[in-house]
Amino acid sequence: MKELTYVQALNEALREEMQRDERVFLIGEDIGPYWEGAFKVTKGLANEFGVERVIDTPISESCIVGAAVGAAMTGMRPVAEIMFGDLLALAMDQIINQAAKIHYMFGGQLKVPLVVRAPFGIGRSMAAHHSQSLEALFMHIPGLKIAVPSTAYDAKGLLKTAIRDDDPVMFFEHKICYPTKSLIPEEEYLIRFGEADVKREGDDLTLVATSWMVHKALKVADQLADNGIDIEIIDPRTLVPLDKETILQSVKKTGRLLIVEEDCKTCGVGAEISAIVAEEAIDYLESPIIRIAEPDTPIPFSPILENYVIPNEEAIIKGVEKILS
Amino acid sequence: MSVDIPSTSGIEGKTLIHLFEKMLEIRRFEEKVWDLFGRNLIPGTLHLYIGEEATAVGVCVNLRVDDYITSTHRGHGHCIAKEARLEPMMAELLGKKTGYCKGKGGSMHVADASVGILGATAVVGSGIPIAVGAGLSCKMRKTDQVVACFFGDGASNNGTFHESLNMAAIWKLPIVFVCENNLYAMGTRISNVTAIDNIAQRAIAYGMPGVTVDGNDAVAVFQAARGAVERARKGEGPTLLECQTYRHKGHSRFDPATYRPQEEVEEWMKRDPIVRLRKKLTEEQILSEEEAGEIDKRIIDEVEAAAGFALGSSYPELEEALEDVFVRAR
Repeated sequence: MKELTYVQALNEALREEMQRDERVFLIGEDIGPYWEGAFKVTKGLANEFGVERVIDTPISESCIVGAAVGAAMTGMRPVAEIMFGDLLALAMDQIINQAAKIHYMFGGQLKVPLVVRAPFGIGRSMAAHHSQSLEALFMHIPGLKIAVPSTAYDAKGLLKTAIRDDDPVMFFEHKICYPTKSLIPEEEYLIRFGEADVKREGDDLTLVATSWMVHKALKVADQLADNGIDIEIIDPRTLVPLDKETILQSVKKTGRLLIVEEDCKTCGVGAEISAIVAEEAIDYLESPIIRIAEPDTPIPFSPILENYVIPNEEAIIKGVEKILS
Repeated sequence: MSVDIPSTSGIEGKTLIHLFEKMLEIRRFEEKVWDLFGRNLIPGTLHLYIGEEATAVGVCVNLRVDDYITSTHRGHGHCIAKEARLEPMMAELLGKKTGYCKGKGGSMHVADASVGILGATAVVGSGIPIAVGAGLSCKMRKTDQVVACFFGDGASNNGTFHESLNMAAIWKLPIVFVCENNLYAMGTRISNVTAIDNIAQRAIAYGMPGVTVDGNDAVAVFQAARGAVERARKGEGPTLLECQTYRHKGHSRFDPATYRPQEEVEEWMKRDPIVRLRKKLTEEQILSEEEAGEIDKRIIDEVEAAAGFALGSSYPELEEALEDVFVRAR
């Protein structure tokens, strides 16, 4: 085992997959030898594989994703980097109307084995255009798979799976998670999509969280364990496909569901999970579901305001207390 | 039929006959489609290519079976020119299980991966970046395949046009960007939304050659496209080829096109690309009138057979609506 950061783990996944399969290539803004990615995820890769396979592009998000779609349709396995998740808005036609629909609308004749990587999330005072959590938008589009790793270990295993997957995958990397570390096995491993990870076992309440919120939830769970509260934390790891079974089994065991999500509350990830539990396990619930999410506002700049909208430990504790009362 | 006689254009007679046959195939196919639509046998809408046949055919006759095209909402002509088969095309338009896309695509989304038709996309301008990706793929795989990217004058004002032509030029990708300038984006006249005379003038801004041709002259399109395809195949980079043409019908099946001046319509009708090539072929004695008539009759029979096939085919099973969302069942 070795200790790697989330960034290093992603970098290792890209390197291994590029070594394994010459069809894999990277395309994006400033990912090449001069900058090596805005967050250094592509560090060293242009030098190792050449600028023909680690392609710096003009600032043209629509064509970055579109070119990756076209390359994927014709035998390549591109990994596109969009520098910030917010900028996916510039490439929405290629993601929503093309990548997601090509396999279906052409009757299965063509496939789009594409990964779109995007750093996302709040917590660095980067304001309204560099902080959003948009993953729920993509959950609404049939044909896209969505990965949201919370740890370096998950990031590596999920990215390798994403690259080998024959469908388009939206891969959301949290900026706050980038420096976090995991123990990574020396040997190769993959993490299957649609398999949630129970980050902590417990009997009193089921807490579903993704990405950075998993870390916050774990902190709260450790703290509350001293008070005799035993929280089970489930990290779905992929939102599409979603491991409903693990969530439902846990809710059936604990009878309580708290969701901690970083996106806006309305039509967010938690809304979908709540609806699934309401449809399939409502009889097991001993108290109403609680969602702790960001309010329905753009992300403010000033740290004092930004901290206010981020679901924090205090809010999670209050949620736990309420659901158990 | 005198296929060995070189025409005055220097193109072999058999090539000219092939251009004529493919254009006629598109025309007769679409006339049949128009008829079936009028009888409520084709659902949805239709964007007919009638009048623009010389453009698709003049370009695609220069392509190999393993070359790629990207197509648009007005795509029947591109697909037939790139050797799509009439039976699964017609079946697709009728929403049948035997269609190219098993009835999931329809008129605006025909694809045939086996002959390099990467599919018609119906968001204006959306196919241009995809063509860039196909060109990038050809270059990375070190093949000498070429991509022909069809789009209209309307798409040339979309941001994807700028992003894509720039990217293709900096990487010298093997692409021919074929702008079918039929003067109208729906009802909007090109001169109202573009301050230059010819779309091909934009090529200079990207550092690629720009060529404007009479898109109703199959020979002119064929010759211009031949140069652009050769250039792409040799690794010398993309070309913007503007073909000025005109649709005989409205934008879609329901559009009477009253926004076009009558004199303009009449002027363009006189320049029907099929009539022009047929006249050339007979005048130069490459085809007799009788032979041209026989070709037409054979094509009409093929189109009728395709319609019969499509009408006789079954609709998809209802469960098929749920299939092909993902490549593998989750």
